[in-house]
Amino acid sequence: MTAAPTNFLEHLREDATRRFSELGYPTTHDEDWRFTSVAPIARTTFVPAVSKRTGQEACPTGVEICKLSEAQPELIEAHLARYASYQTNAFVALNTANFQDGLLIRIAKGAVIEDPIHLVFESSANGQPTVAHPRTLILAGPDSQATILETYSGSGGAYFTNAVTEIVAGDHAVIDHYKLQTESARAFHVSTLQVQVGRDTNFRSHSLSFGGALVRNDINAVLSQGCECTLNGLYLVAGEQHIDNHTCIDHAQPHAASHELYKGILDGKSSAVFSGKILVRKDAQKTDAKQTNKNLVLSEDAVINTKPELQILADDVRCTHGATIGQLDPEGIFYLQSRGIGLADARNLLIFAFARDIVDRIKVASLREQLEQILLEKLHGTRP
Amino acid sequence: MSTSANTIETFANQEYKWGFVTEIDADTVPPGLNEDVIRLISKKKNEPEFMLEWRLKAYRHWLTMREPTWANIHYPPIDYQAISYYAAPKSNADRPKSLDDVDPELLRTYEKLGIPLQERELLAGVAVDAVFDSVSVATTFKEKLGEMGIIFGSFSEAVQEHPDLIKKYLGTVVPSSDNFFAALNSAVFTDGSFCYVPKGVRCPMELSTYFRINAKNTGQFERTLIIADEGAYVSYLEGCTAPMRDTNQLHAAVVELVALDNAQIKYSTVQNWYPGDKQGRGGIYNFVTKRGACRGVNSKISWTQVETGSAITWKYPSCLLIGDNSVGEFYSVALTNHYQQADTGTKMIHIGKNTTSTIVSKGISAGRGQNTYRGAVKILKSASNARNYSQCDSMLLGDKCGAHTFPYLEVKNTSSQVEHEASTSKIGEDQIFYCRQRGISTEDAVSMIVHGFCKEVFRELPMEFAVEAQKLLGVSLEGSVG
Amino acid sequence: MSLLEIKNLHANVAGREILKGIDLSINAGEVHAIMGPNGSGKSTLAQVLSGRDLYQVTAGEVVYDGKDLLEMPPEDRAREGIFMAFQYPVEIPGVSNLYFLKAALNAIRKHQGLSDLDAMDFLALVKERMALMEMDQSLLNRAVNSGFSGGEKKRNEIFQMAVLEPKLAILDETDSGLDIDALKIVANGVNALRSAARAMIVVTHYQRLLNYIVPDFVHVLAEGRIVRSGGKELALELEESGYVGIEETVESA
Repeated sequence: MTAAPTNFLEHLREDATRRFSELGYPTTHDEDWRFTSVAPIARTTFVPAVSKRTGQEACPTGVEICKLSEAQPELIEAHLARYASYQTNAFVALNTANFQDGLLIRIAKGAVIEDPIHLVFESSANGQPTVAHPRTLILAGPDSQATILETYSGSGGAYFTNAVTEIVAGDHAVIDHYKLQTESARAFHVSTLQVQVGRDTNFRSHSLSFGGALVRNDINAVLSQGCECTLNGLYLVAGEQHIDNHTCIDHAQPHAASHELYKGILDGKSSAVFSGKILVRKDAQKTDAKQTNKNLVLSEDAVINTKPELQILADDVRCTHGATIGQLDPEGIFYLQSRGIGLADARNLLIFAFARDIVDRIKVASLREQLEQILLEKLHGTRP
Repeated sequence: MSTSANTIETFANQEYKWGFVTEIDADTVPPGLNEDVIRLISKKKNEPEFMLEWRLKAYRHWLTMREPTWANIHYPPIDYQAISYYAAPKSNADRPKSLDDVDPELLRTYEKLGIPLQERELLAGVAVDAVFDSVSVATTFKEKLGEMGIIFGSFSEAVQEHPDLIKKYLGTVVPSSDNFFAALNSAVFTDGSFCYVPKGVRCPMELSTYFRINAKNTGQFERTLIIADEGAYVSYLEGCTAPMRDTNQLHAAVVELVALDNAQIKYSTVQNWYPGDKQGRGGIYNFVTKRGACRGVNSKISWTQVETGSAITWKYPSCLLIGDNSVGEFYSVALTNHYQQADTGTKMIHIGKNTTSTIVSKGISAGRGQNTYRGAVKILKSASNARNYSQCDSMLLGDKCGAHTFPYLEVKNTSSQVEHEASTSKIGEDQIFYCRQRGISTEDAVSMIVHGFCKEVFRELPMEFAVEAQKLLGVSLEGSVG
Repeated sequence: MSLLEIKNLHANVAGREILKGIDLSINAGEVHAIMGPNGSGKSTLAQVLSGRDLYQVTAGEVVYDGKDLLEMPPEDRAREGIFMAFQYPVEIPGVSNLYFLKAALNAIRKHQGLSDLDAMDFLALVKERMALMEMDQSLLNRAVNSGFSGGEKKRNEIFQMAVLEPKLAILDETDSGLDIDALKIVANGVNALRSAARAMIVVTHYQRLLNYIVPDFVHVLAEGRIVRSGGKELALELEESGYVGIEETVESA
């Protein structure tokens, strides 16, 4: 292994640090942060978390995993931070400046990896709030196929996770990506997923968000010709949680199709934001984009802001978007009660049913089971 | 083999060719609008005093109003003083004696639309005495309705024969002050339909304008009032698929519907006013205010419309959902071709409890047509448990037309459920080619696709109307396929 | 007599020449793979054969089943037994898959002098083919390709092919966007339709599909011409060396 590319990384960090101090944390005057105030993060002093890599299992053929600092310099220089922009996004700048270790995952050309590649990020803080900047770069060769699962969890305390994941996939690759977030109740979680895919690829990402006090997820996908991109999301907030899901799908070339389905369940005094941007560039003819956001509001105090943004510069496209905000159907509840099911269980059944289609889209059986378990636990605490 | 790269364009490029010669009547008032003209109109119609007063009040208010402008519609300014506001019904001497005297092109269109012979005569304005059967059919029909207590006839007749009903309901759904064109209409309306269905009566047949005696004088300022008393039901058909031309360019109609407890009104429109020539000149401007008040508990008003004509269409059939559990529905297919412009939509205002509204709007744009959907769903604070479902779909045929959607959702009550979906799709060469590659011809493909797009709306039309409407759509999109 | 004979075919799109003299001869019962780098003209060839009028044929001739193919409009080509599985199948909102297929099948039958297929027989045929393609019956009532994922659309193309039973099937990049599982189902469907009376042209950029749909002949298209032809081993050779070798061959020619 050649020596760590210190110059490049050093320059990168310096640049990002400078950029962060220029940008500062965003405020609610910024359009992209209109409904999400990051003041709680801004005013907290964090100490860097101590990272403990608990090792990994053996990689199957076709997959290589190593630290960013130990990876081939040409690869790092060619790809690291070339996609997720730290010029415009303060949190990406913060991460780029401060990440420790970081991971590079390479999937060989033509490789078909059956088992999911599972990245686990666990945090805990006992005294002073800590901050961690997980950084992952995934390079999937052309014609490859893989499943990647990122889980972010926390056992307690107040901490800040600021994650950046960049996925670059070659032509004809098939990538199935999952992110499960179950941070602790007082945690802050900000993440950016930046996706750049080649022609005829099939990219699916599922964002499952349950924990954290303040959560913001940004997903940016730039599509090439003939791509198929599916973004699914399920978020469940209660108490005083706030979650903001921002997606941006860039149809840069013709004949690509994107489908987004985000579903939210809100209770207590929680609040949620969904902002889905679809950009169809001038030459991206025959684009097919569909975006749906459905919200189930269980209490009077919960607030949802849902906003689609369609910027369509081509004229031969098909774009549909829809949003719903509703409550549990009293007829449905009564029906279940009339069959002997108690009120609390009836409500839970209906809430579960609402989340059902997102759960069903998960192909990794163990994750699906885990998700069902989480839903049950969360709903068990719901008052009738 | 056709090497034309523009199958779609050929298709939309239909020449709306026909001729309809309108006689100039001896008994017309010179153009211009002032109180004298209004008094003259009222006198000619033998109206009671209250009606004249009502007109004058509206006129005086109109003078203080300003014509509205809309971002998406463009037309040269209308000179209100250049319009003649009264024309006597045509005398028989000036009418065509039989279908032989009528423009063959017009007859060909009737043929294509499958309009029965008798109706063709009525539509072409053939003299009444020559059409003995139609008159007798119409009279028997009116008698039958009378036996059930249903009043149906021309508005002018109703003003004279049922002034109490007119006084009670006229202007209560669309007050004269409501908007510029409603005020104008209230001042100078010529005729229209009036219908009253008494308590508990279900009108046994679809009422349509064919059966109004003196219906031939298609007023440019039509006024219609339909009242369904408690538990009553009526289905009303307005317009027809046959191309209608009028030298009067401006049409500003007002339609008011009132449904009391447990009553239901279904109002269906098929409109094919002259859209102007291929360059967009000379078409009719159709500015209509239509509103239904669901005053009663469990009342229901449904608007269903298929609009393929007019140079400019501006109409928003609306429902005021006042009574608890009331239901408002709006199903619409609007086609704009050549240079037509349409700015249509609906307003559903939820006021009572447990009200429901459904909106299904299908816009088809072809040629250089511009189709704008403007829909407002307002849920007032009092409207607990309101439910709305809106679906606005636009279909573009070719690349020179436009479709725009402006939905407004104003929700002031948190127990409501509102669902809105909008989609824009283009039926282009690709879809047509896909069908052809499977063996289906171009005409069959376009017909299949347009029908598939509109079928949810066609389902809501009374059956014969639905069949006619489909044919109308086909004819409107037909091109010289070579 | 061969089923399809292409001689010196030249074609333009938007004024630019894409096909620069294609010669190809296909007999019934054969499966020919057409491979090549992006921009080589593979899809153009498929589209020209199906009759898409975006492309102008400037020279050459195509004889299909003894008839002049270039003279026939697309629906007649279809009715004569040519089927194209599109690279990007379009959606046709409001028209159900069932209705669409019935209209197509009956149009083809009518052309061949047969009467419309009886409703019950049609349904039975359709159900059998759906089972072959492992498709759910509920898809029949959905609008054509509406809400289908990329993989489902490709599968729907092959399903349609199974119902319409063409003499010449052209599969245009049927494998793009498919994961392994979907690929297997699609290939299975295609293989089930191989017969002595039917010929297939499989256009593909990636070699993996040809592991499942094993071709009799492989042709490599580059810069609008067929530069190499061979047996199925040629595809494996290409996988090893990529298209770079081929492009160099073209340049040096």
